[in-house]
Amino acid sequence: MKETSEKIAQKRYLKLSGLEPLVVTPESNFINVGERTNVAGSRKFLRLIKEGNFEEALSIARHQVEGGAQIIDINMDDGLIDGKEAMVKFLNLVIAEPDISRVPIMIDSSKWEIIEAGLQVVQGKCVVNSISLKEGEAAFKHQAKLIKRYGAAVIVMAFDEEGQADTYERRIEIAKRSYDILVNDVHFAPEDIIFDLNIFPVATGMDEHRKNAIDFIEATRWVRQNLPYCSVSGGVSNVSFSFRGNNSVREAMHSVFLYHAIQAGMNMGIVNPTMLEVYDDIPKDLLTYVEDVMFDRRDDATERLLEFAETVVGTAKEKTVDLSWREEPLQNRITRALVKGIDAYIIEDVEEARLEAKQPIEVIEGHLMIGMNVVGDLFGSGKMFLPQVVKSARVMKKAVAYLLPFIEAEKDGVVSFNGKILMATVKGDVHDIGKNIVGVVLACNNYEIIDLGVMVAPEKIIAEAKANQVDVIGLSGLITPSLDEMVYLAKEMERQEFSVPLLIGGATTSKAHTAVKIDPQYKNAVVHVNDASRAVTIVGDLLQKETATAFKANLKNEYDVFRNNFLKRQTVKEFLSIKAARKNKLQIDWTASEITKPNMLGIQVLENFDLALLKDYIDWTPFFRSWELHGKYPAILTDEVVGEQASELFKEALVMLDTIISEKLLTARAVFGLFEANAITDDDIEVKLSEEKTFVFRTLRQQSKKADGRPNIALADFIAPTTSEKKDYIGCFCVSTGFGTDELTQKFEKNLDDYNSILVKALADRLAEAFAEYLHKQVRTKHWGYAHNENLSNEDLIAESYKGIRPAPGYPACPDHLEKETIWKLLEVEKRIGVTLTESLAMWPAASVSGYYFGNPEARYFGLGKIKEDQVEDFATRKNITFETAKRWLQTNIAD
Amino acid sequence: MNSLEKALQERILILDGAMGTMLQRYQFSEEDFRGERFKDFHTSVKGNNDLLSLTQPKAIAEVHAKYFEAGADIVETNTFSGTTIAMADYDMEDFVYELNYESAKIAKQVATEFTKKEPHKPRFVAGAMGPTNKTASMSPDVNDPGFRAVSFDELRIAYKQQAEALIDGGVDILLVETVFDTLNAKAALFAIEEIKEERNSSIPVMISGTITDASGRTLSGQTAEAFLISVSHIPLLSVGFNCALGAKQLTPHLEVLARQSCMGVSAYPNAGLPNAFGEYDESPEQMASQIKEYLEKKLVNIIGGCCGTTPEHIQAIASIASEYKPRVIESCCE
Repeated sequence: MKETSEKIAQKRYLKLSGLEPLVVTPESNFINVGERTNVAGSRKFLRLIKEGNFEEALSIARHQVEGGAQIIDINMDDGLIDGKEAMVKFLNLVIAEPDISRVPIMIDSSKWEIIEAGLQVVQGKCVVNSISLKEGEAAFKHQAKLIKRYGAAVIVMAFDEEGQADTYERRIEIAKRSYDILVNDVHFAPEDIIFDLNIFPVATGMDEHRKNAIDFIEATRWVRQNLPYCSVSGGVSNVSFSFRGNNSVREAMHSVFLYHAIQAGMNMGIVNPTMLEVYDDIPKDLLTYVEDVMFDRRDDATERLLEFAETVVGTAKEKTVDLSWREEPLQNRITRALVKGIDAYIIEDVEEARLEAKQPIEVIEGHLMIGMNVVGDLFGSGKMFLPQVVKSARVMKKAVAYLLPFIEAEKDGVVSFNGKILMATVKGDVHDIGKNIVGVVLACNNYEIIDLGVMVAPEKIIAEAKANQVDVIGLSGLITPSLDEMVYLAKEMERQEFSVPLLIGGATTSKAHTAVKIDPQYKNAVVHVNDASRAVTIVGDLLQKETATAFKANLKNEYDVFRNNFLKRQTVKEFLSIKAARKNKLQIDWTASEITKPNMLGIQVLENFDLALLKDYIDWTPFFRSWELHGKYPAILTDEVVGEQASELFKEALVMLDTIISEKLLTARAVFGLFEANAITDDDIEVKLSEEKTFVFRTLRQQSKKADGRPNIALADFIAPTTSEKKDYIGCFCVSTGFGTDELTQKFEKNLDDYNSILVKALADRLAEAFAEYLHKQVRTKHWGYAHNENLSNEDLIAESYKGIRPAPGYPACPDHLEKETIWKLLEVEKRIGVTLTESLAMWPAASVSGYYFGNPEARYFGLGKIKEDQVEDFATRKNITFETAKRWLQTNIAD
Repeated sequence: MNSLEKALQERILILDGAMGTMLQRYQFSEEDFRGERFKDFHTSVKGNNDLLSLTQPKAIAEVHAKYFEAGADIVETNTFSGTTIAMADYDMEDFVYELNYESAKIAKQVATEFTKKEPHKPRFVAGAMGPTNKTASMSPDVNDPGFRAVSFDELRIAYKQQAEALIDGGVDILLVETVFDTLNAKAALFAIEEIKEERNSSIPVMISGTITDASGRTLSGQTAEAFLISVSHIPLLSVGFNCALGAKQLTPHLEVLARQSCMGVSAYPNAGLPNAFGEYDESPEQMASQIKEYLEKKLVNIIGGCCGTTPEHIQAIASIASEYKPRVIESCCE
């Protein structure tokens, strides 16, 4: 019956719901999905979620809906977030806001457990984003069945066991296969299926990308014609990716692409409405060029569009050889030099300015500050990134250095600064990359920086602060004992009646620690600042005479509220006594466990190791992070937001790295040893250097109450106990690539080149990690030899897919830094390779890594978590130190 | 096609009226509620109507019989609060399986007797699954909007136990009813789907939401159509509304369902809106005349009564419904 089947067809629409319905009919306009509530898509949203500021995060969702989003995509996939908890918490809050939850929700995650947790808290009919055949049919069917049971629609990615579909044929092949499984096997309603057919960039210059747009469009057409009732979606901005920075061309590309994709049947997707030109308003010539590219109509389509793009007014891409800006007025030239970080002409321009000015100081206060304000504004609004700002600073420093002799020659020539800031890495700590960056950025903003360097004793900080009458004190540290140093300094400042604000920063610091432990010690302002851009605004607010008092009072109050909330929020964890925790230790069946005897027992030293061998072992992601560029390498190089900047930084880093390697500017050394070892108690490992000489590693055991069947692990569990009567083995090591860093960075600093100085330090850190990775591989495959067949790529190494572990004292599995002393004695590290330990047990040079090797296949990384005082007491007795000492060293791990 | 589906195609099916209203007439005391078995129970149980299936089974059977006599095709089991979550109020979580099982058996026995007497009009039992007293998508604490007093999994587990007991006791249909929070209902539907898969069963499911006030939305804020979309992912015998409103106020929302859904549509409104004393005083004739509008507009396939309705109301409704054809169900899910 034709009539009936038509009626039925009419009812097979994609229907979604929030508090209100959303029915997608053939007459519906393109459905716009809001994606600002996606930690991967919005840096602001990511920051708010990380800070636990859900209130403001909600306002982003509200803006999206008010701005016309018909569905909101929510994604919490980020390494530093507990995605499941954040998803549930955010959704629960969204549901409580009728003006947001009126629209349907798209639950977006690559992790099934997050998707399922999300589905369990939303009453409306959601969209799951996404599932695919990537992990095979079984997982795909299982997830689809549950999604159906939870009552949601689903986005299916064109992805299968072989990889992501990147041609027309692959797209339709995967779509067809997915559809058939869903409709025939899972009995999924076909109208609830939405395909994401992968929008990839065109005009990238690579031949294999030329058909990316047309393949997507044609695959869309095929899918809509051949797979009844389903929808097609996608993220549109990808298509114009190669024209980042040229919005006129991008906007035209988006419109052209959408115009054709929608005609082919794409009916929903993520589009930034502000990045869309009206199709009919696109100039005819541009339209032709764009369509040539989209449809791959000419061999030279990309070149022609690129050429045309250069001419688009106001957005022409800059060429390095373009020196037309040199013709512009003086102020423009100076500003441009600062913004672009070009130092080639700055002395020339500053000299010209000096001759025009009445007094040389006017050049700093006028020309240069005008330029730096532009830099500050661009940085503050996210249009410039840290590496660029550090380069700007380099130009600024050179200009100021040139002017200073003239200023001093003047009678009353005094440079006036916005304020004086003392910066120091605290006693016992040697890490200063972050501190230096913040210092540079503040200096750019006309603050005088008094940098006391690293390992600065508290007495010295106090004395220098008084002698220089500084306006702000900034403390930095990377290792956990530094946190205590900061608390101590806050107490000292209070005792000595300081009133200046205290800034806290560095990798282990946090707003929580600052609020809970430091802030209560000091009556005046204490602020946690972990990125350079915030440092500028905060210092500005702290020192602005008119508003400082109110700002400080607000800060105090903010930290007070934060502290209370934090303490309230802490979930009460249940703990076991150390005795009970030991009973629940990880049980390895030692009768069955295969223990490999190392090929070479004893200690070995590597001197003057060839750095070139380490290049391929570098994990670049943290390198970018140290420059406040966030994203995974290599994807970060093409990231929509920071890609351009990351690529430039990467290029310069590689040049520097090659220089370091070819000119042997840094020296790499390592010492490592493999020894017989047995666990002599539940938690202690005895290591035999020789028959007579033994050492004992004291390990710490997890004490929080675990789910049934989950053990309370200590590192000692991975070593056969004496009672097993089996000989087992352990290793330990220290590598350093830091020798020579000081000389090199001092040379750059003398040259007023902080950029390269920071670059060298960041590279040295990466090389040390690479060295540790390299050496671990050598140990696994040769020296110990238990994994001689191993064949892993660098990605696998970074993902730690290998057998056996190399935990480092001071890190989650063994947060106790004290054990480094045992490693130092056992390997005679200082004597053999010259790496020393500071009083806080940081390694010097800073670019060093030390740790243990465990070879058992069951050995795995874990976090100790919080422990109770009974273990601390027991640990103190075992180590023969006082309870107080033990408590001080383990403080951050002791449960309140 | 089984006899229920067949009957649904042929005529408008009549659902029973209120159980609570009828039980009030017995004026049971605390002792009556306790019976012999719970005479020493540590807490008061008066008001726990579901318990009467164990302690006063005769009364429950009598009420069912009165509704069948009045013309009902389907009666609901006396299990509105039969989940561990709702029974926690009386510390009676341990008796949940038994309460549901026995309630189902009582109703089924009465139904079987009637079917035997009148084979041309088979009688059915719907296992009533109420909303519980907690909400999964709203916070009970206005100062903490992100808080939830019950989770999806807690509801799913509780509903699963109830549904299994009802099926074991012999019900013909499961009725997820008085849905004021759609997420609670989705947990019930999830549990039912699990059971259907585990037992390879195809027991029909009815769902009935509650539009709480003139805003035209459920308590959890959904419009009628959003509610329909949110529960349409599993095969349903019918979708509808009950409680909170009288027949007249329910009309526009039933129109939405009648237009949009591809399954049966049900309605069992209250006997009007409560008067100043909180009583429902719409007479059988008044209610029947309101329902006549449903019938003329062909809005419903199943019709009955909720709070304040009695066998007299059901008789009046059944009598007028017999004069009309049911709404045509256009299946769109095949």
